[in-house]
Amino acid sequence: MSLLAVILLMLAAGVVAWASERAHANAPRYVSLVTFVIGLVWAAAEWLMGADPHGLYASQFIEWIPRFGINVTLSMDGLSTMLVALTMFLGIVAVISSWDEIEERTGFFQFNILWVMAGVVGVFTAMDLFLFFFFWEVMLIPMYFLIAIWGHEARAYAAMKFFLFTQVSGLLMLFAILALVWAHHAGSGEVTFSYYRLLDAELDPRIGFWLMLGFFAAFATKLPAVPVHTWLPDAHTQAPTAGSVILAGILLKTGAYGLIRFAVPLFPEASEAFATPAMVLGAASVLYGGLMAYSQSDFKRLVAYSSIAHMGFILLGVYAFNEWGLQGAIVTMIAHGFSTAALFMMAGALQHRLHTREMSKMGGLWVRAPRMGVMTLFFVVASVGMPGLGNFIGEFLALLGAFQKNVPLTVAAAVGIVVAAVYGLSLMQRSFQGEPNPEVATMRDFGAREMSVMVLMMLGLVWVGVYPQPVLDMAAPFIDTMLGNMTTAPDVAAAAPVATKGGV
Amino acid sequence: MLALLAHPLAPYATLALFIVVMLVAVGAVRERNIAFGVTLVALGFLLVVNVPAVLGTGSSDVGDLMRVDGYAIFFMALFAGAGIVTTLLSGPYVTRLSPWPDEYYILLTTAVLGAVVTAAANHFVSFLLGIEVLSISLYAMIAYPREGRKPLEAAAKYLVLSGAASSTMLFGMALIYMASGSLAFESMAGLSAHDSLIADIGVAMLLVGILFKLSLAPFHMWTPDVYQGAPAPVTAFLATVSKGAVFAAFLRYATDAGILASDAIALGIAAVAVLSMVAGNVLALLQESVKRILAYSSIAHVGYLLIALIATAGIGGNAALGVETTLVYLTGYFVMTLAAFGVMTALSSDGQEADDLMAYEGLFWRRPVLAAVLTAAALSLAGIPLTVGFIAKFYVFAAGAEGTLWVLVWALVIGSAIGIYYYLRIVFTMIRKPGEEPTGESPEEPAPPAGGPEATIPRLTAAVTIVLGLAILAFGIYPTPIIDFVTGLTGP
Repeated sequence: MSLLAVILLMLAAGVVAWASERAHANAPRYVSLVTFVIGLVWAAAEWLMGADPHGLYASQFIEWIPRFGINVTLSMDGLSTMLVALTMFLGIVAVISSWDEIEERTGFFQFNILWVMAGVVGVFTAMDLFLFFFFWEVMLIPMYFLIAIWGHEARAYAAMKFFLFTQVSGLLMLFAILALVWAHHAGSGEVTFSYYRLLDAELDPRIGFWLMLGFFAAFATKLPAVPVHTWLPDAHTQAPTAGSVILAGILLKTGAYGLIRFAVPLFPEASEAFATPAMVLGAASVLYGGLMAYSQSDFKRLVAYSSIAHMGFILLGVYAFNEWGLQGAIVTMIAHGFSTAALFMMAGALQHRLHTREMSKMGGLWVRAPRMGVMTLFFVVASVGMPGLGNFIGEFLALLGAFQKNVPLTVAAAVGIVVAAVYGLSLMQRSFQGEPNPEVATMRDFGAREMSVMVLMMLGLVWVGVYPQPVLDMAAPFIDTMLGNMTTAPDVAAAAPVATKGGV
Repeated sequence: MLALLAHPLAPYATLALFIVVMLVAVGAVRERNIAFGVTLVALGFLLVVNVPAVLGTGSSDVGDLMRVDGYAIFFMALFAGAGIVTTLLSGPYVTRLSPWPDEYYILLTTAVLGAVVTAAANHFVSFLLGIEVLSISLYAMIAYPREGRKPLEAAAKYLVLSGAASSTMLFGMALIYMASGSLAFESMAGLSAHDSLIADIGVAMLLVGILFKLSLAPFHMWTPDVYQGAPAPVTAFLATVSKGAVFAAFLRYATDAGILASDAIALGIAAVAVLSMVAGNVLALLQESVKRILAYSSIAHVGYLLIALIATAGIGGNAALGVETTLVYLTGYFVMTLAAFGVMTALSSDGQEADDLMAYEGLFWRRPVLAAVLTAAALSLAGIPLTVGFIAKFYVFAAGAEGTLWVLVWALVIGSAIGIYYYLRIVFTMIRKPGEEPTGESPEEPAPPAGGPEATIPRLTAAVTIVLGLAILAFGIYPTPIIDFVTGLTGP
């Protein structure tokens, strides 16, 4: 199956799911589930079959709008392949987590899920800046519908805020893309949106800096980094469970991916100059997100703020410009995808059972639902950064990389790990431990369907935590090329490759 | 016969002939469907027979007055298409207003004739003739629901203000004639470069008239009232064909007469563009009526389009790209505006204009298909990818970047950013279930559905809007056919 065929399959499946609503209430869920399973199998197959000599696992080229040198250029290198596989996997998680939560208009619901994920796959594979922006926006509208239609009480506000933040920052990126293309056109006489061609664009450094900021604005908003994070707590809290799983699990990663794939390689000098401010934002996100998470009384909002903190590590790692930092950022992307998706699924399950997200109305739930308790404990501990689980590897490498670049900021961010332990354990304490809340007499525990997804995510985290080498190997070729293009990377070139430190 | 059809005047002559046929037929038999049918045949003939027939002849002048080139032919096709859509939308709507709505269709066809003449004008005489034929037909079309107060008020307002604008324009033409001794666009080239005060004042007065007809800020005051008062299909026609024709003539005049060579005038137009983009979008935020929202949004959209016009001259200017942008943009703008008003017409068929935003509450749950079309149109007007509106906006971006008009491009970015809010408001209102508070908690008890049982929606109107909605998506995903068509007509 070609890449475009996969994306089209998801889009078509969305339409089929919508239409199948008439046949049976469960039909859309199965359509969606089957599509994601096919997608996951396909991504895994491409992964296992290995890369071609260019390091690509799949690629495709079709002429689209020749007038402006715009083409459908899709390709998957190691980094993209992993993220596409993660997307498909979280698609399955999203469908299962919303299996009996969404009773209304299930067809349109699954349509939106499939279309968001199709957009995400497009974002991770597009190698044409126009196409990339196209998919960037395709993700947006279905997500808006997911929050606005199936969200909780303040959904209107949250959906609008989400859309405005993303769209306005997206416009800045569009502006930067076009300015970049025309700057390249002025220098070379060629109008092209090809990522590979624009990598070689000769830019006036001053203009380059402003264009880099345009890209950075869009990606930092999506990531999100302080101070453009304010849409996230609202959107995550108000979104239905599947929406939160998708948002936190994979949509935030498109921001990180954008930084790694576009913002830094397209503007290496400008990014270098911007490294310190970006790392300050990263460290600030870690600390601010952690502190805000601790002060929440809403289970879901706490997890949402913790995402801001985790994304701060990604920002730190990326702007360290060395192999450790970047590998750490990428591992964090994957690990956070598992751990946060699981925690949001838990939040959704609790809300479905208790009709509240307030932790003051929980307490002692372990007695009522031991399986849920064990799962929460596992993913909280993972999210806190327990060695042996994926998040630890990611954050450790990111900090290791950042340490080479800026010691004070790394120290500040490392304090964030302590804060993470505080809010993580407080979450556990307030909801599952302590005196059983008398108002909660009975609570249905996780069934086989939920447990199977949870166990899969557990296995994922343990795998990344104990044996991260495959992930590091997949990302390494892109990182090496990227660092090779940076002007200054001597300290890293001399250092030992990260491969020897993989096991931890 | 074929040779006759290939004559550059043939499209205009056949269209005029059809109007005469209609007048005679209407005089002989009062049958409601005759005028409707003949209008469709006339406009269909224009689109399917006339346009291909003259397409091969290249650029040819008709006397001094008109130039029938690829540019004029493109607009001929566009206006014929928009005219057909308006006719189809008007069918069920107008029948409700009058048992014999023949004169409405005669006026509609005449307005299209005026529009196609305007788009081919390269001389002040044909320019004025075209615009006036178009405007005068529109006055009567706006006031067609004679019983309503709002349509009459809108028509009177449009008549008086448009008349004033036309006279200002005429005075400007007189002054230009005084300075140049000619009424043909091309013989004025170079006039603006010279330091001629009279010519500059003349051009400025002419521009005031044109900017008024295009409803650009600060000459936009009439737009929301007229949009709101006019019947929905007429508003659709006004927003598309009327503005498109004036813009077509304006662009031809601006490039042929080289008015942008004068810094003062170029700066003035740029200021109008920025003001329109900002004012249009900001004022649209405050509206509760969908027609008024679309009115202000159209002010902003023509403001965006001015970037393409300015990009035809100036530093690094590229006339070809500017013209191409205008044609692509207008095509996209026509499709999405007609779709939006098409949905409005469909919902207005029970005698109540679906104008208030609240009338759209919960539309997604009541009429999912119409709501989907309006969503596509709103997102397209907002310039979100997957829709033709994004391609259009992308073109303006490209033209602005090519012409290094960065200030204008920034205004476009800011205007678009503001615009997203009110377009999304329409979408959100349609999603929201009736009775649900916009931001607060959901109410304890479900409110009764707003209004009584819904009127049935005419199949024809619904079908037309669905086709337009699909066109928004199709051209948004694969715009190459439009681009090829446009470059084929205007390219070197």
